[in-house]
Amino acid sequence: MQSLYRLKESPSQTAGPYVHIGCVPNFSGIGGVYEEDLGTTMVNEKTKGERIKVSGTVYDGTGTPLKDALIEIWQADADGLYPSPEEHRGTADPNFTGFGRKAGDYQTGEWVFETVKPGAVPFPDGRKMAPHISFWIVARGINIGLQTRMYFPDEAEANAKDPILTKIEHQNRVPTLIAKKEGDGAYRFDIYLQGENETVFFDF
Amino acid sequence: MSLTNQRPAASFFARDRGWQPEALTPQYKTSVARSPSRALLSMPQTLSEITGPVFGHNIIGPLDNDLILNFAKPGESAIGPRIYVYGRVLDETGRGVPNVLVEFWQANAGGRYRHAKEGYIAPLDPNFGGCGRCITAEDGSYEFRTVQPGPYPWPNRGNDWRPAHIHFSLFGQGFAQRLITQMYFEGDPMIWKCPIVDVVPHREGIESLIAQLDMDSTVPMDARAYKFDMVLRGRRSTLFENRLEGN
Ligand SMILES: [Fe+2]
Repeated sequence: MQSLYRLKESPSQTAGPYVHIGCVPNFSGIGGVYEEDLGTTMVNEKTKGERIKVSGTVYDGTGTPLKDALIEIWQADADGLYPSPEEHRGTADPNFTGFGRKAGDYQTGEWVFETVKPGAVPFPDGRKMAPHISFWIVARGINIGLQTRMYFPDEAEANAKDPILTKIEHQNRVPTLIAKKEGDGAYRFDIYLQGENETVFFDF
Repeated sequence: MSLTNQRPAASFFARDRGWQPEALTPQYKTSVARSPSRALLSMPQTLSEITGPVFGHNIIGPLDNDLILNFAKPGESAIGPRIYVYGRVLDETGRGVPNVLVEFWQANAGGRYRHAKEGYIAPLDPNFGGCGRCITAEDGSYEFRTVQPGPYPWPNRGNDWRPAHIHFSLFGQGFAQRLITQMYFEGDPMIWKCPIVDVVPHREGIESLIAQLDMDSTVPMDARAYKFDMVLRGRRSTLFENRLEGN
């Protein structure tokens, strides 16, 4: 038989407790090497769309906040376009990066993203997905990055038709993917690694 | 923009979860309370996973890939065995992946990290920060210069030590390709005693994280070289993608 000549993906290893040194060195106190930590600023004064703040904390199975997690987010702009070369439907807002990276606070574990509310993006079959933000979570004790999504509490109608949310067998777990509104344009998305409210994690 | 609309972007090969570490690996104790206990939900990839941020070469400073100098005072340099680490970022089809942001971080030659929560007694090197980054070339190649990190003890079981290692973070072409891993050094006996290495389920998987000494790439009288290739999820050919409705 012939060979497919495939390689195997490199095995993942934990980001460890010192991920800050490599990914957010300025945050970790290593100044002067990079001008700014990557993913710190997603918007500027010209960015189109509704400004929002998304904050949260990652909790372990004992209910203790993770104080060494690194959170990355990726989202569409206000019109639902991704600032990516793989985006062939149009050109995304040049004043929006779509990408955010934050470390949890060393004392409390909390992280905050300042961004805009994303527009809807199509599912491969053309149906619209509800506005959402993709999350990737790494930390000491996490062997391979966790993938999840945050949806918006003020999009009940779109959420009810979302092709991913409606595919979830245990519908009682869907609320773990929906942020809580804390005020005007302020959302909280706490992530639970285990327990009764364990967040839904995906294998995309 | 002249591209026709609705050209389907290609998704990635399914991740081989049997090749990757499990979430719950009790020999690495911190994983016990930090591992999701419910199954991951398998979902089709959408534009949200297939797209990803791209970082231009313009973000990279001239010393970003030189850990010997990028934190050192003028005229000084980091202490330790000088090495180059080089290699390629490939995907599972064997193609080099260009424009990958590769970030790396490590302990100094004594095994000490420059970090507020680090408590090991080995001293800091005033000329060593421990972070660097670069972007892969058209063929997926990358390189950087550093000092070989030392092994260090860590609180896990009674007497666990990490083998010498460098942490790597990779941004491929889509958010679903995101990967963090670690590189180990050929011949280090600590590799086979480490519970974090041990979470990798297959021996070949562990071997794929061990860089080999490459004397042919040594810079004589200056620095030895280690070659370390990394592999990201492969991308499907658009030929076989599900067609969007109406196309
Ligand atoms: Fe480490």
